[in-house]
Amino acid sequence: MSAYAVELRNVSKRFPGPSGEIVAAVKNVTLQIRDGEFFSLLGPSGCGKTTSLRMIAGFELPTDGEIFIHGKPMGQIPAFQRPVNTVFQQYALFPHLTIGENVAFGLDMKHTAKPEIGRRVTEALEMVRLPNMEKRHPKQLSGGQQQRIALARALVNRPEVLLLDEPLGALDLKLRKDMQLELKTLQREVGITFIYVTHDQEEALTMSDRIAVMSQGVALQVGPPNEIYEQPQSKFVANFIGETNFLEGTLAAPADGHAQVTIADGLTIATALPADPAPTLGQKVTVVIRPEKLHLRGRAEDVNRLPGTVEDVVYIGTDTHYGVRLPSGQKLRVREQNTDPASRPLAQTGEAVTISFLPQAARVLVE
Amino acid sequence: MLNQIRRSRALQLAGLLSPGVLWLVLFFNIPLLIVLFISFVERGRAGGIRLPPVFTLGNYADFFDPLYLGIFLHSLQIGGVVTLICILLGYPLAYFIAARPPRWRDGLLLLVMIPFWTNFLVRTYALKQIMGADGLINNALLGLGLIHAPLDLLYNEFAVIVGLVYGYLPFAILPMYASVEKFNYSLLEAAADLGANPARAFWRVMLPMTLPGVVAAIVLTLVPVVGAFITPDIMGGGKVEMIGTLINRQFGVARDWPFGSAISLVLMALVLVGVILYFRSGGEERRAL
Repeated sequence: MSAYAVELRNVSKRFPGPSGEIVAAVKNVTLQIRDGEFFSLLGPSGCGKTTSLRMIAGFELPTDGEIFIHGKPMGQIPAFQRPVNTVFQQYALFPHLTIGENVAFGLDMKHTAKPEIGRRVTEALEMVRLPNMEKRHPKQLSGGQQQRIALARALVNRPEVLLLDEPLGALDLKLRKDMQLELKTLQREVGITFIYVTHDQEEALTMSDRIAVMSQGVALQVGPPNEIYEQPQSKFVANFIGETNFLEGTLAAPADGHAQVTIADGLTIATALPADPAPTLGQKVTVVIRPEKLHLRGRAEDVNRLPGTVEDVVYIGTDTHYGVRLPSGQKLRVREQNTDPASRPLAQTGEAVTISFLPQAARVLVE
Repeated sequence: MLNQIRRSRALQLAGLLSPGVLWLVLFFNIPLLIVLFISFVERGRAGGIRLPPVFTLGNYADFFDPLYLGIFLHSLQIGGVVTLICILLGYPLAYFIAARPPRWRDGLLLLVMIPFWTNFLVRTYALKQIMGADGLINNALLGLGLIHAPLDLLYNEFAVIVGLVYGYLPFAILPMYASVEKFNYSLLEAAADLGANPARAFWRVMLPMTLPGVVAAIVLTLVPVVGAFITPDIMGGGKVEMIGTLINRQFGVARDWPFGSAISLVLMALVLVGVILYFRSGGEERRAL
């Protein structure tokens, strides 16, 4: 038994495009998804996340590479023989069957004994908190309820892996937030590996044990949410997950255990030492800093100080967002928490400020 | 004021409806009543009806004569076979067309319908030519050396069935296409995901969901085929008797209008019962979809 629930080894998928050209939807992706984890494939539309999921489900076969489920190569095994179940974005409930028949479908296909089917369907409906719905038809349920039935229909089969293709995409915001927590709780309870496809970075951060960020068919970075957020390894990941500031510069000689980057106007900032591949002196680099790691009022402990002028102030309740123009003309986003009881802004538009931050808050990217 | 508007609305409606209603009454309801009347009177000596009319139920009693009942049952049998063939040929075709990219579909549907822009008689005679002793099929088989004497393809039940399938296949394809085209193929993926192999996914999901189209196809094929008379006449060469040819004969050579009228009405009543049963049984399910 492999330690991984699902493994993709150098998987590629190429489709014939609309005008005969070959489109590479997934390019040489290698992923290891651990047993029992909540794993998200995150990326913008067209990044290959759904194609990857469909290959695991068996709806598509990889052009190259191999997919393993609990160590077993899937090869040409068709979808109906794979030990996985899928929750589809548009639910895909069978409209001609009742809720009970929908949920029983998979067990029926496996010729499970009738009394056991009945018991497990009841259990599954209770699990998604929609008991006694057996006799209804899908059309009579709301979108959120239909999605839960789709979940029950998949989980009732006790799959080795549950695949979810943007299952909350069609729901409104409030319901989506509730369902996110509910799904997460459910996943812990049943202990089944969930592979979750989404384009919503907040959703991925909220629910996942680990995230794979995908772009243009490539898995750019795989890691737990805080690692993806705090240590992005590429501009794309930094930009796609949350708000971020980029400062272009060249690498200078390190000092005091920090890397030094010379940015516009001859200013130098100290940053965390870059990880591999280590850039050479004088190389062009990008410094990534999150807005909430910047401070408007130069703090004593912050080594880095950049002068600027406040251009806009946006109050959003918990935080206030400031747009600060540097002498070089570049604008930085700064986010300050409103800890002041009256949440008075820390600076007014037009005011000269000194932005400060810790070297550890700044990451150097070489691209 | 309001009443005035209402009245003028009613007038407008009456104005719009009356031509159609008049047409139906004049050319549909009144003739039907005439047929109904004729079916209950005795025939005239030289055709037509006996004057003054003499009431009788004999025309209906005649229908239950084993000879005529046999013809009727045989017609139903031929209708059943033809309908079954049309469904079995038509469903995959409808599926094939519906699965093409949208820009192809209209062209393919056109190909299904184009033969129908040619006169029905011309088409039937053309088919007869192809199947004749000196026709395309026999000549091709003789030329290939597969047979040594022409096959008797014409003037039998086989020829009638071929002709009827040819004639009514589009009536089966179009309603099934309408159903299949609306079918959401991701449901087949969902079925596969839940462990259904392609055959079971078809039986459990696709067929039930496209059943309204199949039933419409059955009604649209079975009803006219059971009553058909041109095709059995031409392809059967007078050797295959169906209810349609029987009716046709009553108004032609047999000169028995009352009996012809009675058979027509029995046929109509049976179709009506069939359609009512169809709507009763299918109605609830279709509402749920």
